[in-house]
Amino acid sequence: MSKLAGEQMAELQSHASNIRQEIVKMVAAANSGHPGGSLSAADIVTVLYFHEMNIYSDKPADPDRDRFILSKGHASPVLYAALAEKGFFPKEELATFRKLNTRLQGHPSRKLLPGVEQSTGSLGQGLSSGIGMALAGRLDKKDYRVYVMMGDGEIQEGMVWEAVMAAGHYGLDNLCAFVDSNHLQIDGNVEEVMNPHPIDDKFRAFNWHVIEIDGHDMEQIISALHEAKQVKGKPTMILANTVKGKGISYMENVCGWHGTAPNSEQLQKALDELCGNGGEQ
Amino acid sequence: MEKTVQKKATRDAYGEALVEVGKKNPNVVVLDADLSKSTKTNDFKQVFPDRFINAGIAEANMVGMAAGLSSCGKVPFASTFALFGSLRVADMIRNSVCYPNLNVKIAVTHQGLTLGEDGASHQAVEDVALLRAMPNMTVIIPADATETKKAIHAAAETYGPMYIRMGRPSIPVLFDDSYDFQIGKGIQIREGNDVAIIATGVMVHIALEAAELLAGEGINARVINMATIKPIDEEIIVKAAQETKGIVTAEECNILGGLGAAVAEVLCEKHPAPLRRVGVEDTFGESGKPDELLQKYGLTAENIAAKAKELL
Repeated sequence: MSKLAGEQMAELQSHASNIRQEIVKMVAAANSGHPGGSLSAADIVTVLYFHEMNIYSDKPADPDRDRFILSKGHASPVLYAALAEKGFFPKEELATFRKLNTRLQGHPSRKLLPGVEQSTGSLGQGLSSGIGMALAGRLDKKDYRVYVMMGDGEIQEGMVWEAVMAAGHYGLDNLCAFVDSNHLQIDGNVEEVMNPHPIDDKFRAFNWHVIEIDGHDMEQIISALHEAKQVKGKPTMILANTVKGKGISYMENVCGWHGTAPNSEQLQKALDELCGNGGEQ
Repeated sequence: MEKTVQKKATRDAYGEALVEVGKKNPNVVVLDADLSKSTKTNDFKQVFPDRFINAGIAEANMVGMAAGLSSCGKVPFASTFALFGSLRVADMIRNSVCYPNLNVKIAVTHQGLTLGEDGASHQAVEDVALLRAMPNMTVIIPADATETKKAIHAAAETYGPMYIRMGRPSIPVLFDDSYDFQIGKGIQIREGNDVAIIATGVMVHIALEAAELLAGEGINARVINMATIKPIDEEIIVKAAQETKGIVTAEECNILGGLGAAVAEVLCEKHPAPLRRVGVEDTFGESGKPDELLQKYGLTAENIAAKAKELL
């Protein structure tokens, strides 16, 4: 597939930068939340919402829409920022994140917020719901696609492997999962806490098509999504090598930024860095 | 001559009902976890193979898949034994089904002690307490084959998460087709103003036997079939408390958190009245024939009658 025109790429980069800015702003405003894993997923979520998926904020329940499930629900800031950037709700509402009476719960709630396809947060459950959506699409002969994002720590949950086995067994080529491999979980390095590697071979053994990419390279993300659509009779797992806290120097690869909010000084530094990296403003 | 009592397992009625609702509504899909011959979802599989999804021995994923199917407009019935459809997958039901309020029917068979010979490892007695505590969840335990069919039809036609608990052995058919089942409504099936027996599931026909025993002693027991444990029919409980000397509950669940607990909650807040609970008394079951187990663990007409007499 052809490379994106420079203008389109600049637009995607701009969305990604906006999303990253909103992530740190909302976590700072809430003084609570998970910036690290939100930032590692930001480029993939940007490509999904602004390049790949057929979704429209004015018809969030369109039966033909593509579906995205953020199985690693603690990364809710990246989802909320993307939905706001896409126009599902005003960006001002992002300031209500994690506060009483908000639709932007600590972890995403399908019932509260249009655009959230499944409530997640209790890790390991999202892929199963995605399989259900993919099975429904197959039954109804619809051509929508289902995307699920998991964390590399999350796949330590046993339920994930029930789902991986099932999706491979059913041969769901309308399903595409991402593993956001940022190598860190709360207690430390994923490889040290409970090593899930080799992730690619495990999925291959369960009849998945596997593509490994740099999860911050827009071209690679786009190309992998394109490849996934060509695969028949198998689901695709895109193993995305990412950096936890990506885009903010002092957060990158630092385990402590899994679930810590920046203070006002740190927030300013983060925004300065993000705006200096090709963002708008 | 003694009247011949027709017997049928509620799981058999479930299998038939699934085919009926499947014919009525093309969005009904059925999932099972490698127990389709036991849960009787195999009946549906034979008629609608494309709408039957075998999850394999992987109940957590089955519940999650049901949630996803429901979000796309399907009406999934997910079946396995009661233990695996409740305790094993409690968090999946809570977070993937109840919290987003999806239209998933967890329809389980082999409830309670009457699962029988497989023993305590498979005998769910805690499930009702657990499921009842989940917001948005409706909990139904049909008393016979007729009520099972009506409950399955009602479940297919009513939006929301439901836990429907059915049994393995054949039990008497109590109701005919004119029986009016409504979710959330208890039904008085025997008149009496001395005591009231509120029973659910397999214990309903045993409660009727208990009422006969009491009648032999000149005691008139009202019997109420409480098929819906949640939302519980408060009105019929309060009325029974007002019009009788006390209430005995009878269930094939742990008395902690089950029907007896639900009735106690209503009585304490709305109309305090003496209560006795017949059920599994906070213990595990064991292997044995269903009737032997009911006998050994006190889920009998004699025990219900004895508890009723304590209230007079």
